[in-house]
Amino acid sequence: MSVLVFIDQADGNIKKSSFEAASYGAKVAENLNVSAEGIVLGAVKDDLAALGKYGLKKIYTVKNESLNNFDDQVFTQVIAEAAKKSDSKVIVFSNNFNGKAIAPRLSVKLKAGLVSGATALPQTSNGFVVKKSVFSGKAFANVSIKTEIKIISLNANAYKIVEREGTAEVEDLNVEIPAAKVKIKEVNKVSGEIPLAEAELVVSGGRGLKGPENWNIVTDLAKALGAATSCSRPVSDSDWRPHHEHVGQTGLTIAPNLYFAIGISGAIQHLAGVNRSKTIVVINKDPEAPFFKAADYGIVGDAFEVVPKITEAVKKLKGIS
Amino acid sequence: MKILVCISKTPDTTAKIAFTDNNTKFQETGVQFILNPYDEWYALVRAIELKEADPSTVLHLINVGGADNDPIIRKALALGGDEAIRVNSDSRDDFYIASQIVEVAKQNNYDLILTGKETIDYNGSSIGGMIAELLDLPFISLATKFSLQGNTATVEREIEGGEEVDEASLPLVVSCQKGMAEQRIPNMRGIMGARTKPLKVLEPVQADTFTEISSFELPPAKAGVKLVPADQPEELVRLLHEEAKVI
Repeated sequence: MSVLVFIDQADGNIKKSSFEAASYGAKVAENLNVSAEGIVLGAVKDDLAALGKYGLKKIYTVKNESLNNFDDQVFTQVIAEAAKKSDSKVIVFSNNFNGKAIAPRLSVKLKAGLVSGATALPQTSNGFVVKKSVFSGKAFANVSIKTEIKIISLNANAYKIVEREGTAEVEDLNVEIPAAKVKIKEVNKVSGEIPLAEAELVVSGGRGLKGPENWNIVTDLAKALGAATSCSRPVSDSDWRPHHEHVGQTGLTIAPNLYFAIGISGAIQHLAGVNRSKTIVVINKDPEAPFFKAADYGIVGDAFEVVPKITEAVKKLKGIS
Repeated sequence: MKILVCISKTPDTTAKIAFTDNNTKFQETGVQFILNPYDEWYALVRAIELKEADPSTVLHLINVGGADNDPIIRKALALGGDEAIRVNSDSRDDFYIASQIVEVAKQNNYDLILTGKETIDYNGSSIGGMIAELLDLPFISLATKFSLQGNTATVEREIEGGEEVDEASLPLVVSCQKGMAEQRIPNMRGIMGARTKPLKVLEPVQADTFTEISSFELPPAKAGVKLVPADQPEELVRLLHEEAKVI
């Protein structure tokens, strides 16, 4: 019996969220007293045996070239085969773009109940109950999975990566790969940017910045911190920043370690998307801005004066001149 | 062409979230309900645009819910669509809901099934994928653009740090998000017309439920903000480094 973790990759690099999923899966396996295993599809540059350091004992891999391109229908079929082979009782995904496409399909295929957006380890003392984020971050639900096989997709930054000594056994799986019905024509990635969904540090700007020409104060701070950038809905609606940077109830929900809100008043819809961040810093010239009530640290002041000084202080701390 | 759009009822984005019955039920009193924004702004409006481009398109809306969902279904019909189907069930289980939609889909052979990327209440993000698997159809999730040339759909999908352009033949299931279309306001003609459009109510078919919500919790309240004077930005950076330990 096993807990099987789907190890997600892009361009041959394992995603950070998969190290979180592996660490989480290893702990679930330990609690259930079963083996923690992983499945990797497509060619990966990293040493798969090294995934043992996140607690995985065995890695199944299917190196078929067609799996270098993501297709949820094909991936579901291959993962289902691996789950049978590994006699998986729990299957763990990252609740990321690919996880959201595969996990529901696999739930149907294996008749396995799915909890997506999990934020904690399952409680197994009475049934199998998984805590998940609901109402777009405004609350949590404890969801009981009633099926024999369970699927959990874990929110980004919800479980800390745990490293230890260990090497995983790597086994090539020989499974039939069906033809993909979806053809990938192009992939357009902004190079050098930190993907927002996985970022540990995020600097975000709102309408208070008055226009896209002032965004350098946000990007300069982000660069000094090594942070991703995001924005509020009015900013993305006005096309000051690209749509994929919009965080909030109708945009992306994020939970970084540090969320830096500059010139964002903190409407309830915006807070819903960011309030699971571990530390929130708010810079706003309006002391009545509702965001201060949800913040850990704040400065009441003019962002155009304050933020460049913060950037300088960060550079000094990090020894960047 | 036949399109099915899945629509859901959710609390308004500004609704105060509270629970009753020993934290097992969502407090609905005083809460205004709306069409789930992802279903309305992106899936439904994009489907309406496709119908405007090809008026022979048949556009159906489906909702799984109780009779109290009818007002939001009428609102959706006021935006567009030929008829709506409501499967009369209060179930919250994704597999059960997907099974009900699939039962209707099987009888109508839709070329395209659109959903929002998730509902803003239970955030499951799973109905689209489940429908696709149950019907053995391709599924493109988190789509930001959709166009059609004959039987071939070109869909842009969000991925980490960028976008991917996919191509697939109909029939197809797509989950929609920002970028797909722009929010619309129903006009008077639409609102009047919606009253006479068919809203069929079907009883649910037998289906399994895989999950059950046992209780809800609210996140712990923040301890309160620590304000740093505007002329001491170094102090903020020191606190983030030494106290919060996040940089």
